[in-house]
Amino acid sequence: MSFKDQLHSGKFAVTAELQPPKGTDLSELYEYAEGWRNRVDAVMIPDLQNGIMRLGSLSACALLKEKGMEVIYDLSCANRNRLALQSELLNAAALGLKNLLLLQGDPPSMGDHFDAQPVFDLDVMGLLGAAKRLQEGYDLVGNDLNGKPVFFVGTQINAAAQGHRLDLELMTMEKKIREGANFFLAGSIYDPGLLENFMKKAAHFKVPVIVGITLLKSVGMARYISKHVEGASIPDAIIDRLLKAPDKQKVSIEIAGDLIRDVKPLCQGIQIVPLGWEPLVPILLDQVGL
Amino acid sequence: MIVAERKPLDEIKEMVKSYKKLLTVGCGGCTSICYTGGQREVGLLNEDLKNSLEKEGMATQPDSFTIERQCNADFYPELDEIARNYDALLSMACGAGVQFLADRYPEKPVFPALNTIFVGIDKDVGWFEENCRTCRECFIGETGGICPVTRCAKSLFNGPCGGTSREGKCEVSKDTPCAWYEIFKRLKDQGRLENILKVKPAREWKNQTRGTMIHEAYQKRYAK
Repeated sequence: MSFKDQLHSGKFAVTAELQPPKGTDLSELYEYAEGWRNRVDAVMIPDLQNGIMRLGSLSACALLKEKGMEVIYDLSCANRNRLALQSELLNAAALGLKNLLLLQGDPPSMGDHFDAQPVFDLDVMGLLGAAKRLQEGYDLVGNDLNGKPVFFVGTQINAAAQGHRLDLELMTMEKKIREGANFFLAGSIYDPGLLENFMKKAAHFKVPVIVGITLLKSVGMARYISKHVEGASIPDAIIDRLLKAPDKQKVSIEIAGDLIRDVKPLCQGIQIVPLGWEPLVPILLDQVGL
Repeated sequence: MIVAERKPLDEIKEMVKSYKKLLTVGCGGCTSICYTGGQREVGLLNEDLKNSLEKEGMATQPDSFTIERQCNADFYPELDEIARNYDALLSMACGAGVQFLADRYPEKPVFPALNTIFVGIDKDVGWFEENCRTCRECFIGETGGICPVTRCAKSLFNGPCGGTSREGKCEVSKDTPCAWYEIFKRLKDQGRLENILKVKPAREWKNQTRGTMIHEAYQKRYAK
C-alpha cells in the first residue's frame, strides 16, 4: 500500500528518518533500510539537513525505491533557486518518487559550509505553490509542461508551540493546506500534552499529522535538545529516567515506546528519528506492537 | 543610512603601499554618520597608515580631504584640483561613493578603505542594525512595519519556520528576535492578524539586477 493510501485509509503510519551518507558508500544506508523492510511504511531521506553537505535525498530515495521501498523525498528552499527546485521536483517525478516533504530548510550558517550563500529564493509556501502548479501542468511562470507530475505533498509544523507561537503556527498551517499540503510532519514531540493541545486546535483541518519521535541517546543529548532545539521541550521526568538508568539504550527505547503509545491516539502516524541507532528501530516497533 | 566598517589595516596597506603620494578621501554622508568614513576617521586611518608604513620603511605619504558626499558630482570641484597631485586615492565612502570617485578620476587607481555592510538604522549611539535589503518590493505595510526579508534569518515572507524559541527568539541566532513573532504581536495589537493568512507570492528579487531610477519630475530631462 502506498504511503498516501495508508494515510487516507486511516491506518496508523510508521515512518523513519535515514540520513544519506557523507560520501558515496551506500552500504550502511542499504543495510539499515533492509533492516526496516516490512517494518516501516516509508523511509524519509533528509535533504542537506542542518546545512551539512551529504549525498542528496533524490538519489538515495531513487535507489531505495528501486529496491522496492516506499520513500519520502525531502526538498528544501535553503540551497536552490526556483528553477532548481522545480527541476528537482520534475526529476523526482521522472524517477517515480511521489511522496514529498517540502521544507524551508536550514541556513548554511548552521552547518559545515557556513560561508555558503543561502538561497531562500522561494519560501516553503512558494515551494508548496510550485509543486501545486507543476501538478496542474504549469511551471511558476505559467509555461505549459509536457507531462505533469503527481505528488503526495507533506510539509513541517511545530506541534509543540504554545501561546502566540501556537496561534501563528495554526495560521501558517491553514495557508500551507491552501497551497496544497496533503500531510504534515510535526518535529519531535516529548510532551504528549502539548501535542494533544495542538491536535485539538488543528483537528478541523482534517489533514494527517505524522509526529517525530527522536531516540534520546544520552542525558547530555536530551538536555541539549531541551535547551537549544526549539519546540522540543523535554520534561524533567524523562531526563531523570534516563539519568538513573543503568542501561541507557534500553531505557531510551522504553521512553520512545511510551511516547509512541501516548501520541498514537492523537495523530495519524510517527516518524522515528534514530540518529545513529537505526538497528534499534525494529526493536522499538516490537515493543509497541507496530 | 548606508552602514560601513573599516577594512583591516593590513588589507588597506597591501592596496596602497606602492603609491608614494596617497590621498585618503573622506565622505561627510552616511559613512561619517556611522563613525567610519568622516573627517575624523580619515585622520585616524592616515595616522595608523603613516606609523605602520614608516616602520616597514615604505615611502607612502597619505594626506586627507573630506567632501560632503562622495556620491554626488556637485561636491567634487574642490577635490578635482587637489586629486590631480596624487598617485592614488583611498576612499572612505560606501561602495557607491568609491565607484563614483573612480569614475570621476578614471586615470587614477582608487581603493576602498571600507566594507559596505548594510542599509540600517541607529539603534543606539554606535550601534547600527540592518533593516532593509533594498528588495524593491516593499510589503511591510502588511507585516506591521517589520521586514521579514531582512529580519528573518531565512527571509520568510509567509510566516515563521517553526524554530521560534519560547522567548520569541530566532533558532539561528538566540540573540535575534524572531521577525514573525514580532510581526504577530504587532498585528495582534493592531487587530490586523488576518494579514498573516494572505499567501504572499514569491518575491521577484528585483535587486539582483543593477538599478536605475529617474525621478518622475526629471523624466523629460533625461528622455532619449
